[in-house]
Amino acid sequence: MTNALWYFGRGAGVSALVLFTLVVVLGIVVRIGRPLPGLPRFTVAAVHRTTSLTALGFLVLHVGSLLFDPYAQLRLFDTVVPFAGNYKPLWQGLGTLALDLVLLLIASSLLRHRIGLRAWRWLHWSAYLCWPVALAHAVGNGTDGTSTWMLGVVGGCVVAVAGALAWRMNTVGAEPDLRQVAPPSYLAGLR
Amino acid sequence: MSTRISIDWTRCDGRGLCHELLPELLTADDWGYPLSRNGDPSPRVPAPLREHAEQAVLDCPRLALRLIDAPDAQEVPLTRVMGAPARHSRR
Amino acid sequence: MTTTEMVTAMRLSGAAAGSYRAHLDQLGPLPDVPAHRLIAMTSDAGLTGRGGAAFPTGRKLASVSEHGRAVVVANGAEGEPASSKDRALLGQAPHLVLDGLALAARAVGATSAYLYAPADLLDGKIRTALKERRDAVKVRTVASADTFISGQESAVVSAINGYEALPASQPPPVYQRGVGGRPTLVQNVETLAHLALLARYGVDWFRQVGSHEEPGTRLVTVSGAVRSPGVYEIPGGTALGDLIDHAGSGAEPLQALLIGGYHGGWVPWTDRTAALPHTRAALGRYDAAPGAGVVIALGAGHCGLRAGADIAAYLAGQSARQCGPCLNGLPAVAGHLNNLAAGRAGSKTVHELERIVGLVEGRGACNHPDGTARLVRSTMRTFAAEVDLHLAGRCSAGPLRPRGGRR
Repeated sequence: MTNALWYFGRGAGVSALVLFTLVVVLGIVVRIGRPLPGLPRFTVAAVHRTTSLTALGFLVLHVGSLLFDPYAQLRLFDTVVPFAGNYKPLWQGLGTLALDLVLLLIASSLLRHRIGLRAWRWLHWSAYLCWPVALAHAVGNGTDGTSTWMLGVVGGCVVAVAGALAWRMNTVGAEPDLRQVAPPSYLAGLR
Repeated sequence: MSTRISIDWTRCDGRGLCHELLPELLTADDWGYPLSRNGDPSPRVPAPLREHAEQAVLDCPRLALRLIDAPDAQEVPLTRVMGAPARHSRR
Repeated sequence: MTTTEMVTAMRLSGAAAGSYRAHLDQLGPLPDVPAHRLIAMTSDAGLTGRGGAAFPTGRKLASVSEHGRAVVVANGAEGEPASSKDRALLGQAPHLVLDGLALAARAVGATSAYLYAPADLLDGKIRTALKERRDAVKVRTVASADTFISGQESAVVSAINGYEALPASQPPPVYQRGVGGRPTLVQNVETLAHLALLARYGVDWFRQVGSHEEPGTRLVTVSGAVRSPGVYEIPGGTALGDLIDHAGSGAEPLQALLIGGYHGGWVPWTDRTAALPHTRAALGRYDAAPGAGVVIALGAGHCGLRAGADIAAYLAGQSARQCGPCLNGLPAVAGHLNNLAAGRAGSKTVHELERIVGLVEGRGACNHPDGTARLVRSTMRTFAAEVDLHLAGRCSAGPLRPRGGRR
């Protein structure tokens, strides 16, 4: 039984990681402001949101099953307070940190219109912290953390996000050439 | 009085979700920014489109849209009165 | 205009005393007129804003006074390059402006007052003038940026609130939510100066000079191809020809006047137009208005399209860069107009130009794109003959220069 919980917990964790990677990629695509093939912009935004909730679901399964697995030595306290655990405190703590940030991201996004644009943007930037932390947790904490297939999955996630970021760098921020010129001297008054 | 969709231009970044969700009222200009189809900068939202307009307001990544109840004889706001009589008789 | 008319027209200019003492000796103390009476007098006198929008001042005072906890701002930013009247007024008659500000504060029940003007004026004359006064509402000074849009109402409020002097999206308008979220009255310094005299001498006195629709006097900045460019005080409704004569007449034969500044309209210079009064009604057909009193004379030796193109290039560079249509559209318009002025354009350019002008109007947080569109349309209309010439590769002002002589 405990083995089953352990396998299930790890499986849910990897699934959550892959789904959150997809969330990050879609978030970058929303920022770019272009549609994807067959997916208009508002659909990309909707899939970004829905996937984050699905990923949260897998994350809950991941944490939940490990709470009941004695091998993980996970206490409820450790699911919110990072780095205080008994089993690999650093790596497990990174997972807690990622969970905290995910909850912050999702809650702030659900309340987006209430908290205003500035606050929401500032909080949403923490996604760029949350994702690498989750990645590090996956590699450092799991028993198959450094196995070939795991590294393959992690590598795929990194490539996906790097690709999305490269696309973003190329498209966003191309502003028109807006030089300041002096007013024509024969029409510039007394100055 | 009618419901109109109002654009906060300082926030709008031409992300383009709104004209996808409200194609009857909005299209994209040369640079991706929302362009009202009927020339009215804050187009009226007819009742059948109300839900779609609300969706657009909710979805805008920059929170740049609002639904406002505005008088029908378009009131030219103070900042726009700049000595051009032609603008006063906007529909 | 007769000499008598010219002398009686010197109201603001006549009241330019130096020290506060001299100011009080000449004009007497600030009259003890109650708020509601001040507002009524302002409305009856027909005083309108001198900052460009010409909004009825009495109505503006009434709107702000409705809400309580108001703030008043004297706007001396004068971002328009061809305007120097506010600078002249603040430099020579600061107490007149500060009197007006105090009266406006009383009229709307304000508990805070600001003077927003260029730093060099604030550090000199204004600081001295403020030290001499004991106003009920203490005036705080805020330096304005040297940009075209720094004097726009919501940009003024933004700057005073501690942010950059960039226009904000309205609603809500500043008379409801402005400085510190409070109802704010933003008034041009010249308007306040008129208020200071109006409160002392009354409505009948104010209306003695000027025309029925443009009562009182106004300050105009006349520049360009005139012999004596400068700031002049004229009765409202003065004929354009008299205005130009005031400024020493044309230094060369004139082609057109740009009235209202860079967001104004061209009026072709003919015997008929020289007789036109400087009023909104008369100038309306040229899409021009007195505005902030800017009059620029264009000599016959210049190309009207080149003038329009140079102004459009300047205006494009002055975009606040906040709103997509302005940020993208204005440089595109300026580019097309420049190509047309340089003789590099075909009829497609003209169509594109008109199309993009239509795209920018009404789409932005302030009226910078609208004003630029107005100027460009006016240029194309007034110099339509020039457009035809340029499309044929010629120009009335001489050989076509590749880039208008400027970088």
